[in-house]
Amino acid sequence: MTIGIEHYLTVAASLFTLGMLGIFLNRKNVIVILMSIELMLLAVNINFVAFSHFLGDLVGQVFALLVLTVAAAEAAIGLAIVVVYYRNRGSIAVDDVNMMKG
Amino acid sequence: MIYAAIVFLPGLGALIVGFFGRLLGVRASEVITTSLLFVSCILSWIVFWRMGFEHETDNVTVLRWITSGELDVSWALKVDTLTAVMFVVVTTVSALVHVYSIGYMSEDPSRPRFFSYLSGFTFSMLMLVTSDNLLQLFFGWEGVGLFSYLLIGFWYEKESANAAAIKAFIVNRVGDFGFALGIFGLFAIFRTINLDALFEAAPAVAGQTFAFLGYEVDILTTLCLLLFMGAMGKSAQFLLHTWLPDAMEGPTPVSALIHAATMVTAGVFMVARLSPIFELAPIALGFVTLVGSFTAFFAATIAVCQNDIKRVIAYSTCSQLGYMFAACGLGAFSMGIFHLFCHAFFKSLLFLCAGSVKHALHEEQDMRKMGGLATKMPITWLMMIAGGLALSGFGIPHIGGFAGFYSKDAIIVASYAKETYNQYAFWLLLFGAFLTAVYIWRLILMTFHGKTRIEPGEYRKMHESPLTMTFALMCLGFGAAFAGALGIHTFIGEGANAFWNNAVVQKTEVELFQIMHHDLPEWVHWSTFSAMALGTFMPFLFYVIAPGLPALTTRIFRPIYLFLLNKWYIDELYDFIFVRPTFWIANVLWKVGDVGIINGMIDGTAAGVYRVTNRVVKLQTGYIYHYAFAMLIGVALILSWFMIMSGAQ
Repeated sequence: MTIGIEHYLTVAASLFTLGMLGIFLNRKNVIVILMSIELMLLAVNINFVAFSHFLGDLVGQVFALLVLTVAAAEAAIGLAIVVVYYRNRGSIAVDDVNMMKG
Repeated sequence: MIYAAIVFLPGLGALIVGFFGRLLGVRASEVITTSLLFVSCILSWIVFWRMGFEHETDNVTVLRWITSGELDVSWALKVDTLTAVMFVVVTTVSALVHVYSIGYMSEDPSRPRFFSYLSGFTFSMLMLVTSDNLLQLFFGWEGVGLFSYLLIGFWYEKESANAAAIKAFIVNRVGDFGFALGIFGLFAIFRTINLDALFEAAPAVAGQTFAFLGYEVDILTTLCLLLFMGAMGKSAQFLLHTWLPDAMEGPTPVSALIHAATMVTAGVFMVARLSPIFELAPIALGFVTLVGSFTAFFAATIAVCQNDIKRVIAYSTCSQLGYMFAACGLGAFSMGIFHLFCHAFFKSLLFLCAGSVKHALHEEQDMRKMGGLATKMPITWLMMIAGGLALSGFGIPHIGGFAGFYSKDAIIVASYAKETYNQYAFWLLLFGAFLTAVYIWRLILMTFHGKTRIEPGEYRKMHESPLTMTFALMCLGFGAAFAGALGIHTFIGEGANAFWNNAVVQKTEVELFQIMHHDLPEWVHWSTFSAMALGTFMPFLFYVIAPGLPALTTRIFRPIYLFLLNKWYIDELYDFIFVRPTFWIANVLWKVGDVGIINGMIDGTAAGVYRVTNRVVKLQTGYIYHYAFAMLIGVALILSWFMIMSGAQ
């Protein structure tokens, strides 16, 4: 069996869906949300690389690297925010984070 | 140049004193305005001589004012005999009133303002009488209205003075509405509002009709009636007269100058000025006679029953203006102006005498609280009698008499000479003359004779008014006594054509004069004398011979007495017809329209927005996953939309 682009895309889509569900269904922890975002970014990366390979265009892989850096920076900033938030509010449970309630 | 000086010197005085009165001080203000007025007065008499006896006329353009399409209006001084007569009346009375006011107002703190207004009024009035087009006339017309308003409300701390000032202004607006429509109409028909051009063009449209308010009506009749509506307002004729008695809230010199001698005669002046047009509209002239003669009668009946010394004279003014209009309506325009000329002297004299009495009595105006003043104020008393004799037309036919004898009696006789329905004008005017004598002698007897009804302590301290006041009284007294005798042969009759020099139309008057002197029964000439004599005798009977009679009469004729005392209930009628419905409408507009609809709309919108946002804000749960879910749904929807749309192509 040859591994075609559809397999890659299927994996990426499942990963993306998992990440998304992680955001929606998670009621516990803000860190889980950060991880879910990471997961979604990775799914996108898989798409980039897969298309790059099958279309013979390197720009997709370059872009994947760019996404990785952005993801790293985002993770750093996100974690920093979570730390500060915890210091201020004493909790990082998602259900408690609702100061924007109207 | 001399004309410009006459007109603009009082205006200059008004400006100087109006703006710098506080800097100049009271005395300087008085001297400036009064001396400028005297210069103007002397120049006026010179002009009067030139116009009347050397037969000049002149038209000086001062500057161009408005040029817009066909409308071309200049500030111009049109000077002819009619203007000159008005010059003399206005500036002479005004100058004397200025002098009188120096004494009369000596205790008032805001004298500069007063003198500025007086001079400003004189300026406006002179502007009115010199106008050579209707727009300038309208400017002067409104100018005198403004100063009248300011002077009636001069003592603005008094609520009644403010109310009277506003009433005068508003009632005049009613008349001015017609006046303005008349001017518009003249422009629409003739494409000009220049007087000379109008007079030239008017005969061509006599008898033609035009569409007005959906009816085909005679052009000149309609326009003259509209113009006359303005005159009725300004000259306080029946139905629009209500402001004049209330205007007596102003200082007495103001009543003498504005509400007796000059401003209220503007209506008569206007009709005389436009006499070439009115002459072509006989129906309008008939209406003028009707209104004039009825007012002459109506106002006199009220004057008989009033107790306020100034109101009696105010209604008398109303009545005398009626005589002037009646004369104009008969076609005897110069008789109207002659009566205006004589009336200016004796009526301002009467007012100033009343002012002198008021001054001595500390602003008391009720005649029931006067009496026995003759010995205390001999000059005022004598002058009042001179004024009374002039007003009642004292004199013996074919021999001579006071001013009113010549001017008023000429009008009454002329009204007999002219054919009117059942001679109604003659009988109304004759009965009016009888009442005139009654009320003026009643006034004199109640004020100056009999046992005094003033408190004894007060009475002992009373004295004659200062020289500035009595000087003015004596000058006017001279006018009241001799103006008629001096003017009779020049103003009306055979010499009039040369004197007036076409300033007013003489055609009908010449015919009337022929009839008056040759074809009338002798009793007509004596009827006026008998009315005057009987009218003079009645108050003596009521107040001197049998002092119990007035009370008895009022008891027997109580309904009539109340009817007259309450001024025919005209004010109450207006209150019922106009004031209250207006209040009602205003209330509805306020409470329903403004508060209900307009406020309701704005407030309702605000409240609605508040309610909606309160609901919308509930959507903001604050949970990140809700927002994220919303985003997802949104993205999904947008993507589906694009996919479906691209698939559709």
